Amino acid sequence: MFHIYCPYCAEYREEEEFHPKGQAHIARPADPTATSDDTWGEYLFFRDNPRGVHHELWVHAVGCRKFFNITRDTRSYAILETYRMGDQPSVTAESMILAERDAECGVTSTATMQGVPS
Amino acid sequence: MPRFAYFDPHPAQAVTTQSPLHHFVASASGEGSAVALREHAFLDHLILRGEPAVMIDVVQSVLGLTLPTEPQTLVLGDAGSLQWLSPDEWLLIVAAGDGFRLQRALCEALGKSHFSIVDVSGGQTVLELHGECAVAVLMKSTVYDVDPGRFPVGKGVTSVFAKATAVIRRVGEERWELIVRRSFADYCLRWLLDAGEEYGIDYQPAKARVASARKSASNMEAVS
Ligand SMILES: [Zn+2]
Repeated sequence: MFHIYCPYCAEYREEEEFHPKGQAHIARPADPTATSDDTWGEYLFFRDNPRGVHHELWVHAVGCRKFFNITRDTRSYAILETYRMGDQPSVTAESMILAERDAECGVTSTATMQGVPS
Repeated sequence: MPRFAYFDPHPAQAVTTQSPLHHFVASASGEGSAVALREHAFLDHLILRGEPAVMIDVVQSVLGLTLPTEPQTLVLGDAGSLQWLSPDEWLLIVAAGDGFRLQRALCEALGKSHFSIVDVSGGQTVLELHGECAVAVLMKSTVYDVDPGRFPVGKGVTSVFAKATAVIRRVGEERWELIVRRSFADYCLRWLLDAGEEYGIDYQPAKARVASARKSASNMEAVS
């Protein structure tokens, strides 16, 4: 079980209160009628399945019932950050690679872990 | 055409209203009881939705309550209680018969703003746990941390309760309220009676049914 930080309730809550809702930041084509079948099919059905950093949409179903984003490492299940709808992630695959490189060079990483296993 | 659709749940002609817990009888251990359980039936529940900036002044002027904008907070006043549910959603609980009048007064005051007010009185009920072991009963029932040190008076959360969900709020030092769905009320009450057995839980049912009627016709005229 995890304690997940809800950016709207502004506190850590039990994982039981949340539901995952798939990949985040999927933009709907601006003009569906002028969109090719391939592009529309990509939008509707095709999702990333990365090994490592993944940005996901979650809902605080038994709480404030707001949707928000979680950046999660699919290898370790570590939650790297949570942020509100409309915001952009500060932790990305690229920033993680840079942080790892810095760590190898002996530079202290400022990335903080938000997921606290309970 | 009127801008709002109003539904008066307390019509002029008396209609019998039944508590979702109407079929329960009193139960008490007989020995010293460390927790009491009561239903506050037939209160009026309204869900207010809108941006805090839109709601705050109107709530103050119509209800005399300060809109709680901090997450997990609750204000108690003469008019009733107002609880934060989400950044743009609040639960207002007032005395039976006050809801319709206040709903109209709020709608009039909010005018053309973007908002919604829905009467959910029939969909939920309030249970009160009172006594030194109230918190012990809650600790067995919810995943939320209800330790009194972490859960001050005036805090309220929506969380998991048993295998259902409930609004859990602390309204006094040893006084807690649960707001449960009508359809879960039977299950939640049975759960509480079982969880409270070791503390000699004392349950006295509310009046099981009332012939509801408009509180006062003159009150109605004041806002229409
Ligand atoms: Zn939340």
